[in-house]
Amino acid sequence: MSQEWPLWEVFIRSKTGLDHKHVGSLHAADAAMAMENARDVYTRRMEGVSIWVVESKHIHASNPDEADEMYDPANDKVYRHPTFYVLPKEVEYM
Amino acid sequence: MSVNKLNYILQLADNALIIGHRISEWCGHGPILEQDIAITNTALDHLGQARSLFQYAAEVYNDLTPEARQSAFTNLNLPEGQEADEDTLPYLRDAWDFKNALLLEQDNKDWAYTIARSFYYDQFAVLHYTALKNSKDVVIAAIAEKSLKEAKYHLKWSSEWVIRLGDGTPESHAKIQEAINELWAYSGELFIPSEAEKDMIAGSIATPMEHLKTEWLSNIYTVLSEATLSMPDANAWMHTGGKTGTHTEHMGFILTQLQYVQRAYPNMSW
Repeated sequence: MSQEWPLWEVFIRSKTGLDHKHVGSLHAADAAMAMENARDVYTRRMEGVSIWVVESKHIHASNPDEADEMYDPANDKVYRHPTFYVLPKEVEYM
Repeated sequence: MSVNKLNYILQLADNALIIGHRISEWCGHGPILEQDIAITNTALDHLGQARSLFQYAAEVYNDLTPEARQSAFTNLNLPEGQEADEDTLPYLRDAWDFKNALLLEQDNKDWAYTIARSFYYDQFAVLHYTALKNSKDVVIAAIAEKSLKEAKYHLKWSSEWVIRLGDGTPESHAKIQEAINELWAYSGELFIPSEAEKDMIAGSIATPMEHLKTEWLSNIYTVLSEATLSMPDANAWMHTGGKTGTHTEHMGFILTQLQYVQRAYPNMSW
C-alpha cells in the first residue's frame, strides 16, 4: 500500500456569483484535511470565498489522443453560436 | 497609564510572540508541504497579533513617567529618554521581563508535542479573545476581535490533528497521548491571574478567566474523547511563573535566537 496521502483537486470561487475554477492539487488524508490544506495553500492571499475539493481519482478526463474526433468537428459549425440574432441595446452583457 | 497595564498587555503580546516563534521553527521542516504552509501561516497569524499588541505596549510604555519606566523592567536595553517602538520590547528585554505563559515556550519536540501545545493554547485563546472583545479598553477590544477569527481557525486545525493522531495508528496515538499528558502541567497557569491582570480585571480592561476554566476543560474533553485519548487529571499540580518572569530553561535559548541580530547589530534592518 502506498504511504502517500491521496491527491485532491482544488476548485476556488474567487467571489460570490462567479463559478469555481480549478486552481491546482494537493495531498491530504481525507476530505476534511484536503479542505484545510486548500484553505492554507490556495486562499491565503484572499483568492477565494468558497472551496471545492474532489479526490483526483474521481475525475474522469477525456483522452488527449481522441482530441481530433472530439473537438475538431466543431470547428466549422459557426451556426451553433447564437450570433445571428440582433440584441436590443439594453441587453449589455451577453 | 500604569505599569500594570503595560505588564498586562505584555502578557498577551509575549504569549503571541513566543507561540508564533516556536511554531515558526517548523518553517521548511513541516511533515508535508501542505502542512508546512499551514503551520507557517499560523505562525504569521500569531506574530501579527504580537505586532499589534507590541505597538500598543510601546505606546503605553512611552506614556509612563521616567520613574515608572525605570521600575517597569529589570533590564530594558533602551537608552534613557528614548521612545520605545514595536521592536523595542520583543528585542531588547531579557527573559525575566517576559510574561508569556510557560506552556508557549515549551519545545516543539515532535509534531505531537507541537499540536498538543497549540491545542491547549488555541482552546484558551478562543475563550479569552471572545471575552476580551468586551474590554473597556478599545484597542484591546479591537485586537481581540481581529485575533478571534484567527484563533478559531487555529483551534479547528489543532483539534483536527489531535483527533487524527489520537484516532490514527497505535504509534500516533501513543505519541499524542504522551504530549497531552506531558504538557498538561503547563496549562493551569493560563487561568491564574497575575497581580497586573487582577488590577486590569478590576478596571474591566482584562477579563477574569478562572470561571472559564470549566468550559475550557469540557471543550478539551470533547476533542480528546473523539480522539480516543484519555483526559489528564483536572486537579493535577500545575507549573506557574511565566506571567511574572520565572521561565523554564527554554526561554533563554528562544531569545538567543530571536534577539541575536538586534543585539549584535543594534538598529540594523533589511
